[in-house]
Amino acid sequence: MNIAPFVFQRPRGKVHVPTVTLAHGGGGKAMKDLIDDVFLAAFDNPLLAPLDDQARLDLGALARHGDRLAFSTDSFVVDPIIFPGGDIGKLAVCGTVNDLAVGGAKPLYLSCAVIVEEGVSVDSLRQIARSMATAARAAGVEIVTGDTKVVNKAACDKMFITTAGIGAIRADVNLGAHCTRPGDFVLVSGFLGDHGAAILSARGDLSLEAPIASDCASLHDVVAALLTAAPGIRFIRDPTRGGVATVLNEIAEAAQVSIEIDEGSTPIRDEVRAFCEILGLDPLYLANEGKLVAIVPPEQAQHALEAMQAHPLGQAARLIGRVIAGEPGRVTMRTVFGGSRIVDMLVGEQLPRIC
Amino acid sequence: MKYIDEFNDPDLAKRLLDDIHATVTQPWALMEVCGGQTHSIIRHGIDQLIPEQIEMIHGPGCPVCVTPLELIDKALEIASRPDVIFCSFGDMLRVPGSGRDLFRVKSQGGDVRVVYSPLDALKLARENPDKEVVFFGIGFETTMPSTALTVLQAEREGIGNFSVFCNHITIVPTIKAILDSPDLHLDGFLGPGHVSMVIGTAPYEFIAHFYNKPLVVAGFEPLDVLQSIWMVLKQIKEGRCEVENQYARIVPEGGNTRALRAVARVYELREFFEWRGLGSIDHSGMKMRAEYVRFDAELKFALPNVKIADPKSCQCGEVLKGVIRPWQCKVFGTACTPERPLGALMVSSEGACAAYYQYGGLKRRRDEVLPVEAGTA
Repeated sequence: MNIAPFVFQRPRGKVHVPTVTLAHGGGGKAMKDLIDDVFLAAFDNPLLAPLDDQARLDLGALARHGDRLAFSTDSFVVDPIIFPGGDIGKLAVCGTVNDLAVGGAKPLYLSCAVIVEEGVSVDSLRQIARSMATAARAAGVEIVTGDTKVVNKAACDKMFITTAGIGAIRADVNLGAHCTRPGDFVLVSGFLGDHGAAILSARGDLSLEAPIASDCASLHDVVAALLTAAPGIRFIRDPTRGGVATVLNEIAEAAQVSIEIDEGSTPIRDEVRAFCEILGLDPLYLANEGKLVAIVPPEQAQHALEAMQAHPLGQAARLIGRVIAGEPGRVTMRTVFGGSRIVDMLVGEQLPRIC
Repeated sequence: MKYIDEFNDPDLAKRLLDDIHATVTQPWALMEVCGGQTHSIIRHGIDQLIPEQIEMIHGPGCPVCVTPLELIDKALEIASRPDVIFCSFGDMLRVPGSGRDLFRVKSQGGDVRVVYSPLDALKLARENPDKEVVFFGIGFETTMPSTALTVLQAEREGIGNFSVFCNHITIVPTIKAILDSPDLHLDGFLGPGHVSMVIGTAPYEFIAHFYNKPLVVAGFEPLDVLQSIWMVLKQIKEGRCEVENQYARIVPEGGNTRALRAVARVYELREFFEWRGLGSIDHSGMKMRAEYVRFDAELKFALPNVKIADPKSCQCGEVLKGVIRPWQCKVFGTACTPERPLGALMVSSEGACAAYYQYGGLKRRRDEVLPVEAGTA
């Protein structure tokens, strides 16, 4: 005779107050209600549901995706938390998904730790959690473990989110900046600087409102298409903070090569360019959250370009430059006039200039 | 948006470059007065495209660079006070005083805000009546009218918790000081476009008439700069010394009289003003008139005057006057970098040294001799 195992179905809690208070981080019923109502309701999946201290993943299933694990973490502290083109939740998912994807991994599982400032509205927290869930579904990943802390007013700015992610890398994929060789082509998957310009504009303290949306998006599909079209691809990186200029400098340094990019081929939206002109910023240093830089051997560059352009997130992909023997670590830009200038690492953050 | 492209048209640039090459017959040294032009020249690689005989000397027109250490220290002192919201243009934040910069003050709890206009600071004053909101007023005639108009607005509204820490400077006496400098050889000027938008072109006439140097008021886009270089060269070649206006789409000959009226109402000339790198220049700084003392942070906070000398190894003054080139300075790229600037010109992205360091300076060797020097030696 079979006895069905006893499964206790805990009723889901509900938050009945409008704002998050320190009680929601206290470990008691209020916290359970918040987790149930906000996070579990949004992320709902069998690995998360037991709310144990850890998610337990099937190693055999992971191994079917590849022979190495990719493991990455990132914290998100953006101001404002909701901006044209996304919010801190979408950013937190796409950011870690992209960090995994550009290493050639298939992103699989995420963790999510949220630090909330007391006084934040429960609705805005719900909105962010739902946004994370939507982004996770779109990226084909599950949020399987998490943590919530509530801190005193002004101890953090509304909310900080940390995500970590696990992905698996296929045996035949080996990417690395050091693989870069003179003669390789430099490709980008689309318009540069959108996210950085959108955030600066959305902050509103520069009295400039530009119609620019963040490019925040998960790039796993674009990377998969690239790996298929150009299996010899050397290296992929998502140019977030510090922008494309910083990534190219890191590549040139790691591979001890020079990189020359062409100003006329570098895709920058007119509105981002105008925004930068007014503030005295350089779009090459602005953050991107849905773009990648790829280093591709010359014979596969065209395939890579076409594969990206065939994807909705890569329609504006361009070939922007080449790797040359030159001085190790040097990145230069050929200007539209045929002059040339150094594209160096930024010292600190870019500052709007006086006039 | 198209506007940017039109002033970046490579074909037009090539035609201008051909004209420039055809005009040059001997080494000539030109000074672009404004830091924005320096930035444009280096960023677009114009210095490498013009004939080698043309030497561009990068002038003093970067207000961030030339603000002296003791004033930065005073600003830092004001910004550190718990009852103050200190507002500044972005690029002043990284400018070091004798010990720290505004970023450090901010990290130590000072309320430092980046604003794009002094009116934003006035708004903060309205919103924070229990705080004194101080705007760091720096810049030439380009930014002077906006701070003057903001003071007048504050007066109209009767706002008592707003003041300007006025370190505005004026360009004409400075150009004169440079022209009077005995160790300087210059053949012509690109005049500052934005300053001229306010003051017009008449204030430069003395340069043409008394110093016999041509001046072309120039814009900032690459084509503006190229066309202005060509216009100056043409004057030199034809033996003319005139004030011409390349930037006529922005700069009216008579300037902006309303802006000038506001400036004259709020500010008056200081007896002398100490420039970082250049030393003291008579009648080159502005202060608030007696009627507006209640908006004058200098008086509100009554900070003691402490004279702080520029670091000894710093050769900014010689670079500003074109006596040496940025990369020839003893400390360029070694003790003095944009990360840890010793001298004024490494401070802002519009400073000549920072521009070279970031965009092209490493190409030059410290011992490199330019055709201009070889020709005049």
